[in-house]
Amino acid sequence: MAFAAIGSNSTQTEQVPRRRSKVAIILLLPGLAYLALFFLTPLVSLVMTSLQTPVEFGDVGQYQAAFQIENYAIVVGAYWPHFLRAFGYALAATFFALVISYPLAYFIGVKARRWPLLQALMLTLVIAPFFISFLLRTLAWKQLMSDDSGLVSALKTLTILPADGHLTGTAFSVIFGLTYNFLPFMTLPIYTTLERLDTRYLEAGADLYASPFTTFWRVTVPLSMPGVVSGTLLTFIPASGDYINASASFLGSAQTQMVGNVIESQFISLLNYPQASALSVLLMGLILLIVALYVKRSGTEDLL
Amino acid sequence: MSSMPKSLPEDPIIRQLVMQARKSQLSRRHLLQGAGVGATALALAACAPSGGNAPQPATDVSDTDKSLTWSNWPAYIDEDDSGDYPTLINFESSTGIKVDYKIDIDDNNTYYGTIKDQLALGQDTGADTFCLTEWMVARLIRFKYVQELDAANIPNKKNLTPALLNPDFDPGRKMSLPWQNGFAGIAWNTEQIPAGLESVDDLWDPSLKGKVTVLSEMRDTMGILMLSQGVDIASGDWGADEYAKAIELLEKQVTSRQISGIKGNEYMQDFVSGDATAAIAWSGDITVLNAEAGFEKWKFALPDSGGTLWGDTFVVPMGSPRKKNAEILMNYYYEPEVAAEVAAWVNYITPVEGAQAVAAEMFPEVADNQLIFPNEETLSQAHIFRTLDTADDQAFNAEFQRVKLGA
Repeated sequence: MAFAAIGSNSTQTEQVPRRRSKVAIILLLPGLAYLALFFLTPLVSLVMTSLQTPVEFGDVGQYQAAFQIENYAIVVGAYWPHFLRAFGYALAATFFALVISYPLAYFIGVKARRWPLLQALMLTLVIAPFFISFLLRTLAWKQLMSDDSGLVSALKTLTILPADGHLTGTAFSVIFGLTYNFLPFMTLPIYTTLERLDTRYLEAGADLYASPFTTFWRVTVPLSMPGVVSGTLLTFIPASGDYINASASFLGSAQTQMVGNVIESQFISLLNYPQASALSVLLMGLILLIVALYVKRSGTEDLL
Repeated sequence: MSSMPKSLPEDPIIRQLVMQARKSQLSRRHLLQGAGVGATALALAACAPSGGNAPQPATDVSDTDKSLTWSNWPAYIDEDDSGDYPTLINFESSTGIKVDYKIDIDDNNTYYGTIKDQLALGQDTGADTFCLTEWMVARLIRFKYVQELDAANIPNKKNLTPALLNPDFDPGRKMSLPWQNGFAGIAWNTEQIPAGLESVDDLWDPSLKGKVTVLSEMRDTMGILMLSQGVDIASGDWGADEYAKAIELLEKQVTSRQISGIKGNEYMQDFVSGDATAAIAWSGDITVLNAEAGFEKWKFALPDSGGTLWGDTFVVPMGSPRKKNAEILMNYYYEPEVAAEVAAWVNYITPVEGAQAVAAEMFPEVADNQLIFPNEETLSQAHIFRTLDTADDQAFNAEFQRVKLGA
């Protein structure tokens, strides 16, 4: 649904003639079958796993079908701080990504229109990090922020960081990693809306004695909202479920663990599939809820 | 996990009988419980490793397919300056078996997590043999996930150190064969800590705040912490209380940020980058780091309260169609000359008898190295973490993970 928001136009839905055709249904079938097979089936399986209970006298990782709703209560009781942290970090990362991406997208999409080559080059640069593995890039940041790195020494010399301070393993490094890793997901949707921004609107604003700021706020921002909404969704949703950046092996520590790390630990280390599934179902539900509220508040239901 | 199973008698025969007796009663109750959930759930439950129709060994194609994939831990085989493995090259040229050596294990649980579904279905996991730690191998054998080895293909098995021949999970070593044994102890940066460390308590010195890492291998970290609290981890006379005390210590050091991370082999990167100056570490890793640094930058020791002794063991998963090739490989590494060459490089304890005599001639500098060829005095300092029953295993691991997650 987030992709649909990219560059969709709120007026076009009314113009579509309301005529049901068999062709449309037949064309939809592969998509529906795909959804049923690759979305519904795993979802049902996930929900059922989340209600399983250990086989009595069973071995590690052995569970059986049941209706153990307590699994949910247990994981909420034990890991609610990890949910809060996940959404807090994801929110912060989304905010910073927006602050960085908007001017960038504006420059590429509006200011650089006169130089198509520059525009293409800059877009390539935005996507370029994807050519290198996500894990390697995150590890590289871990090295750059390590205690013996020039960055940390400089910050300590400037007394921004206390003498025994660290960058890695802090909330700062995790939010930094999330922002960095999901930045293109924010930049590209905003770029696609700004790229089609009709600059005559801006001229009209100026002709009507609006200050550049007012024009930006009243004209550019509303017109780019579809991009902003999809960009924030594309950043927030994967960021809140991320477990790489916050992992102690990458940029995090025991104090920065997000709900994704809990799910990983429950699933891989403890083979506690019911609790891992319960956490996943909850995470999914909470994200849906947050996204629904957000979309409702930003008044963009018709975009999705 | 609200209802932890009641503990069963330790004796395996009585245990079996009790389980049999309870089975009929259990299955009825669980059928009722599960009735509302539907058939799909039952189908899914069938995927769980619950015995029944255990996977069968794959048909061996070793005679026609001269290849082999071997998964192992980092810094765990002899390596020359160009990144090749001399003993493996020698093996390939003498047997004609092409070996794909993969370094893709850095944590027992993580590796198990990535291959467990194939194991349960008896499918090829992508590795014909891998070396996991004994407690995990015990689980693989219990679940019937690994093939029985053909002793006829491994005549050099006679060189196995007798003390390792009859572990409780595999008497006679029918399914497994040790690769290396080693110590977990304490290690430190000699430039930052010239005075060195002696005890586990030295790790909690305020000057090391945020510079200490411990292993994500629960038995090594918790074993060393319990030893420092005076618990004999090899004996059966400790339980949840002693474990809880050690967890409390770990949690305190993690919460106060004395310990910066609980990790697998990645602590080596932290040593190199300067993020860690002291650690609970594996003996051989430190030698490898020093070899890369070019001098003895780091030092490893067993703490005064003792370290842990662990073993990593070859197994062949059910789905591997190249068991014989794997057996030929094991046989090769049980030649004392080959074992000595590996030991001299990886600096772990070789399970092969006769390797020390060879090493005394070929690599005199390592023959006296206590970390490779420990004498009785050193071995008395190292302890094997006792085998845990399933309930304790799960409960102890859950506690360890809880601290790791900061929950």
